[in-house]
Amino acid sequence: MSEIINVKNVTYTYDDEDQRPALKGVSFSINKGEWVAIIGPNGSGKSTLAKTVNGLIEPDSGEVAVGGLELNEKNVWSIREMVGMVFQNPDNQFVGSTVQDDVAFGLENLGIPREEMLERVRTALEKVNMLEFAEREPARLSGGQKQRVAIAGIVALRPDIMILDEATSMLDPQGREEVLRTVKEVKEQENLSVLSITHDIDEAAAANRVLVMRDGQLIQEGTPETIFSYGEKLVEMGLDLPFPERLKASLKKEGIDVPKDYLTEEGMVDWLWTYVSKK
Amino acid sequence: MMEKLIFGRYIPGNSFIHRLDPRAKLMGAIWFIIIIFLANNWLTYVLLTVFVLTAVKLSEISPKFFINGVKPLIWLILFTVILQILFTSGSTIWFRFGPVVISQEGLLNGVFIFMRFVLIIFMSTILTLTTMPLSLTDAIEYLLRPLAAVKVPVHEIALMLSIALRFVPTLMDETEKIMNAQRARGIDFGEGNIYQQMKAIVPLLIPLFVSSFNRAEELATAMEARGYKGGEGRTKYRQLEWVSRDTMIMVAFGLLSAALFVLRT
Repeated sequence: MSEIINVKNVTYTYDDEDQRPALKGVSFSINKGEWVAIIGPNGSGKSTLAKTVNGLIEPDSGEVAVGGLELNEKNVWSIREMVGMVFQNPDNQFVGSTVQDDVAFGLENLGIPREEMLERVRTALEKVNMLEFAEREPARLSGGQKQRVAIAGIVALRPDIMILDEATSMLDPQGREEVLRTVKEVKEQENLSVLSITHDIDEAAAANRVLVMRDGQLIQEGTPETIFSYGEKLVEMGLDLPFPERLKASLKKEGIDVPKDYLTEEGMVDWLWTYVSKK
Repeated sequence: MMEKLIFGRYIPGNSFIHRLDPRAKLMGAIWFIIIIFLANNWLTYVLLTVFVLTAVKLSEISPKFFINGVKPLIWLILFTVILQILFTSGSTIWFRFGPVVISQEGLLNGVFIFMRFVLIIFMSTILTLTTMPLSLTDAIEYLLRPLAAVKVPVHEIALMLSIALRFVPTLMDETEKIMNAQRARGIDFGEGNIYQQMKAIVPLLIPLFVSSFNRAEELATAMEARGYKGGEGRTKYRQLEWVSRDTMIMVAFGLLSAALFVLRT
């Protein structure tokens, strides 16, 4: 398999308030067609790393290569054509006044002729199941729908790579589910490579490989199965555990003996009331 | 809250007026506001009224929307009308009470001013009710295009307008949320004297301001990630189509202007 993203020894420091480097000599690569998730607590440098891949941030040192092109001043626009990015806030990336205008925005930037644009917007919206909403204004869409429009905007550009920068973190569970499903479908149809930065355990589970970041460094790497077997440590790694697991962790901190095996919310309730009444 | 907003007032439809090219409508409305000053007698005002009422009829929009358009301005209109009535000197005096003199000419002038206001409001209401804000910005961009020759950033102005329109509902939502959050912290909006009311606005405006800047930054990043590098070499998804009915409307405005010239005294 060929490498589509190759990041070598990248270091970056934001030049505002604290001088702590956001990235300290990070290296990783993504193969064509692979889905890689990056997890890590807030401020660990995940989003910064994602932004170096399409040149939104220029690293202080190190090399970034995308699709065989080295990222530099000259190549940055060609690389941005290859890399589509979905951001966290559904509202702050919706440029167009209606769904179809937003999908067309990237195509307009590339100077695609209008006839082709009409066709590409249509197919892209079809792929994310938003065609019937083509005329809608963003104010009348749910968060999940807006993110699907953002994905359509990327699909229309026919990129090789899709980066999800905490794209589901502001959505309700239903929205998360719908966006994740769309990403999976689109990835298969378009043969995309996906880099997803996330706190969501389902999103991380969809990946082929999970990278764990802390303090601007990659500290772990493995399949989702290996990473998930770390149990409680996952919280330190910045994953949102299911609520019963989080409750168990805090109870344990209080010195209460909790069952080791996984409990559903209902199971947790049962255990709690039996525990309290026995006391 | 949405209903009060001028941008939110577009009423979807498929009438003759709805289907007109936004450029035709925009030019027509502006032209109308200019030529209305040609009218100076009964005949010309009747002509203009018939013209506007025909347009209202063609727009297939209920007249109550037009009445509602006049309502917020009614005090301004009445004030101007009263000034006209009181301060127009005339030969035929109808009423005199101390310094207050009402002449036939004054009354007539008052009525004309009233008509002028109402007709202008009706005409611009037709424009905003039947044209999507987005099409209107397209029309503005198109009509401003010649100015690009003298280095006016026409593309940027159009982009600003459309982003502004797009974010109006988003920011209204946000305002609502911040107001509720501040209410929960004990701030009364719209109560007390003017000074207190103004003071209550501050904790609303500052968070709104800060968050708008954050939004702007994120939006700019997202636009850049999607390959936006200015107006050069961009193609346009939206296209305006000028058809024969649009030419017809321009001709109608032309004839109206000619008729006004002939009939005015």
